Amino acid sequence: MLAKAMGLFLLGFVRLLTGAQARWYGCPPKAEQRIYFANHQSHADLVMIWAALPAELRSITRPIAAKDYWTASKFKEWITTSVFNAIYVDRARTADQDPLEPLIQALESGDSIIIFPEGTRGHAEEPQPFKAGLYNLALKFPHVVLVPAWIDNVQRVMPKGEVVPVPILCSVTFGAPVQLAPGEDRGEFLARARHAVIALRDV
Amino acid sequence: MNRFLRELTPTQQVAALFVIVFGLLIMISVVAFLLTFRKSADARDEAWHEELKNFRRLLGTSWIMVVIFWIGWALGEKVATVLFAFIAFFSLREFITLSPTRRGDHRSLVLAFFVVLPIQFWLVGTAHFDLFTVFIPVYVFFAMPVASALAGDTQRFLERNAKLQWGITVCVYGMSHVPALLLLDFDKESYEGKNAFLVFFLVFVVQTCMVVQHLATRQLKHPPSLPEISKSFNWRTWGVGVASGSLLGGLLSFITPFKPGQALVMAFIACVAGSMGHLMMKALKRDRGITAWGRRGQSITGANGLLDRVDALCFAAPIFFHAVRWYFSA
Repeated sequence: MLAKAMGLFLLGFVRLLTGAQARWYGCPPKAEQRIYFANHQSHADLVMIWAALPAELRSITRPIAAKDYWTASKFKEWITTSVFNAIYVDRARTADQDPLEPLIQALESGDSIIIFPEGTRGHAEEPQPFKAGLYNLALKFPHVVLVPAWIDNVQRVMPKGEVVPVPILCSVTFGAPVQLAPGEDRGEFLARARHAVIALRDV
Repeated sequence: MNRFLRELTPTQQVAALFVIVFGLLIMISVVAFLLTFRKSADARDEAWHEELKNFRRLLGTSWIMVVIFWIGWALGEKVATVLFAFIAFFSLREFITLSPTRRGDHRSLVLAFFVVLPIQFWLVGTAHFDLFTVFIPVYVFFAMPVASALAGDTQRFLERNAKLQWGITVCVYGMSHVPALLLLDFDKESYEGKNAFLVFFLVFVVQTCMVVQHLATRQLKHPPSLPEISKSFNWRTWGVGVASGSLLGGLLSFITPFKPGQALVMAFIACVAGSMGHLMMKALKRDRGITAWGRRGQSITGANGLLDRVDALCFAAPIFFHAVRWYFSA
């Protein structure tokens, strides 16, 4: 109940500040199992893409949240688990554990997920090179549709180190699905996926 | 008929105005809807249907605007002021989105949206007219660059500050003068409670000027006078628009505290300010490499082009307001 109210409040708040507009170019919003992969410039990316998805998809799509940041306080942890239904990922890599494990679990149970393949937030114009996780997931789940997304302007709403967000219009552009070609090289595929994301900036 | 209208109370008169406007809108909408059934046989008909679609979209905007005005009037001056504050908020949001800012501007932007805008509209709502006219041009314009300088980023300093200040001038300062009209106090006792007419007069006259100018451009097909800025602007069609707006103003003098001649001049001032302001905003948009605030390609900003619709009003309102205030010492 409280989580639902918080979800509605956040949705209204994000729309008031940013518009949170979703633009579908290349694929329709459809309830099939998908991996959305997007550029990453701010912690608010998670909230943006969550708000931009239509309500029916929002309930079956789980965003990835960086464990150290989103569990830093009780409130953040509550929001990510109860409102966003997020999957936590450890950014500090430990030897004995596969960081993709929680994602694989989620995909196996039939959920769609949102990932940021750069791994960390970038501050340059273009996204950093993609990490191998996207490739590994694509290899393991060939039937899941890979949808690139470009999140525009979020870093202007709340730059690093600021507390108060500023109203600036943002949009999330979803593009045509990318497929892993049979026998495609890992580096090649990741570069192709990255370009699919960058190309959406100018649509 | 005329006597009947005169004997109504001011509230009833305003209500009657809304009944007339809603009636007209319903009639036009029904006709436009029925026209969509016309068969399209050749390419000319296709183009005609495209025009009709455009027109119906324009009609949709008019509906929304009238309904907003009606709600504002029905719920009182305070609510109307809040309504205009939201319009200012959304236009400023569009303006800032398409003006590149740097990280150092963040604090100034927070000030603009969450301090300057609410204070300005609060000053309007409480009728502090002396402070309301100088608050932004004096206090804010000196405080803003200081906030910017304290961020310690000198790159394109003047340009960034100029953009922010201009955004505040147009979206907040200009827009805040529309609800301010509701609170003007005329000496004439017969005009008490009828200030909503003045807002209606301003909006209707300026919108008519813009629409007539738009239609005249479509019909007359004159070459653009300032092709660098606008592909449609022409001095002659501009003249047609301003003339019709002013004439309409003269005819509407019975809903204003002015005599017909005065109403004509006031409408003329508002039309010139509005249409010239719109043209100036076009130059600004061209400078940013876009043709409308709503669309960058296909609206990447998610903006629906609110500022394109209200920019004429933002320029006309302050000039109209002060012209009225000085001339009638209201």
